[in-house]
Amino acid sequence: MTVIPVEKKVLSENQRIAASLRDRFEERGTLCLNLISSPGSGKTTLLEETLGGFRPEERVAVLTGDLQTENDAKRLARYGFPVQQITTGGVCHLDGKMIERALERWSLDSIDLLFIENVGNLVCPSSYDLGEETKVVLLSVTEGDDKPLKYPSIFAKSELLVLTKIDLLPHVPFSMEQARANARLVHPGIEIVELSCTTGQGFDGWQAWLSRRREARLRRASTARV
Amino acid sequence: MHEIGIANAIIEVGQAEAARRTGSKLVRIGIRIGTLAGVDSDALRFAFTALTQGTELDAVAFEIQSCPRRNRCLDCDHEFETAIYSDPCPFCASETIALVGGDELDLAYVEVEEA
Repeated sequence: MTVIPVEKKVLSENQRIAASLRDRFEERGTLCLNLISSPGSGKTTLLEETLGGFRPEERVAVLTGDLQTENDAKRLARYGFPVQQITTGGVCHLDGKMIERALERWSLDSIDLLFIENVGNLVCPSSYDLGEETKVVLLSVTEGDDKPLKYPSIFAKSELLVLTKIDLLPHVPFSMEQARANARLVHPGIEIVELSCTTGQGFDGWQAWLSRRREARLRRASTARV
Repeated sequence: MHEIGIANAIIEVGQAEAARRTGSKLVRIGIRIGTLAGVDSDALRFAFTALTQGTELDAVAFEIQSCPRRNRCLDCDHEFETAIYSDPCPFCASETIALVGGDELDLAYVEVEEA
């Protein structure tokens, strides 16, 4: 019997693809954000509101993943920006290969900001790197403020937590303070924005975060070119 | 839920590593899973068995080592294991802590029988 040490990532093939995607995003100056949440937390609605706020000449695109249907792509296509639906046919997450395949149909040169709306799931998508700059996790106030402790992986790996549907706070036993504290227990440095897409409350916080990240991305791209 | 895909990736990488030794037979695969990896050990074991049963890999043993969350104190560089996220540094009591381990999903080793 011989034991051969391997020391390799199990998902090394996905990791390889993600690294190549990251290189391409870096080279073309594309800011890629991977949006992750449970089904129904408001990823598509957040994207609708976000796209609706962009000027038509902005170079924004969306990849949206679901097990079935083109519903989300149809909702998002109304805003005039390029949108592609990735139907996974039952797979509970997006992986690097799916992103690579979808991007074959677009030129990254014409995309400054790429949103990936992952399959609704707080568990599996956290294991798959898609080459994104960062993951963004959404948590709606109807889900419960203990979710960061129950599903720590995704909260530990996301740089931003978006607490959604805050207009419903008077109707649900959800403590914002507890949710924030739980998220920071799992990930002390996590940034948090709180908003309602229905009333627009707090939406400027999300837009400000986006602008900051886009500016930082642009600065990095121009430094790289010099 | 995605453990079948992960078990499949483990088997593929394991087979590829064993195939580097011509004529050898794969008898054991060892992996490491961190508590933050988002992978359930029982489901993974089940998936591994389901995928290998009745194949030439039927007898391959599967060993899972669980890895705890490991934090590093950003003030004194002390590293420590913890299950509680809010634990301050046991050495200097600082609360400025960074995650340095616990999200492992690694193939640690393969064991082969030489021909």
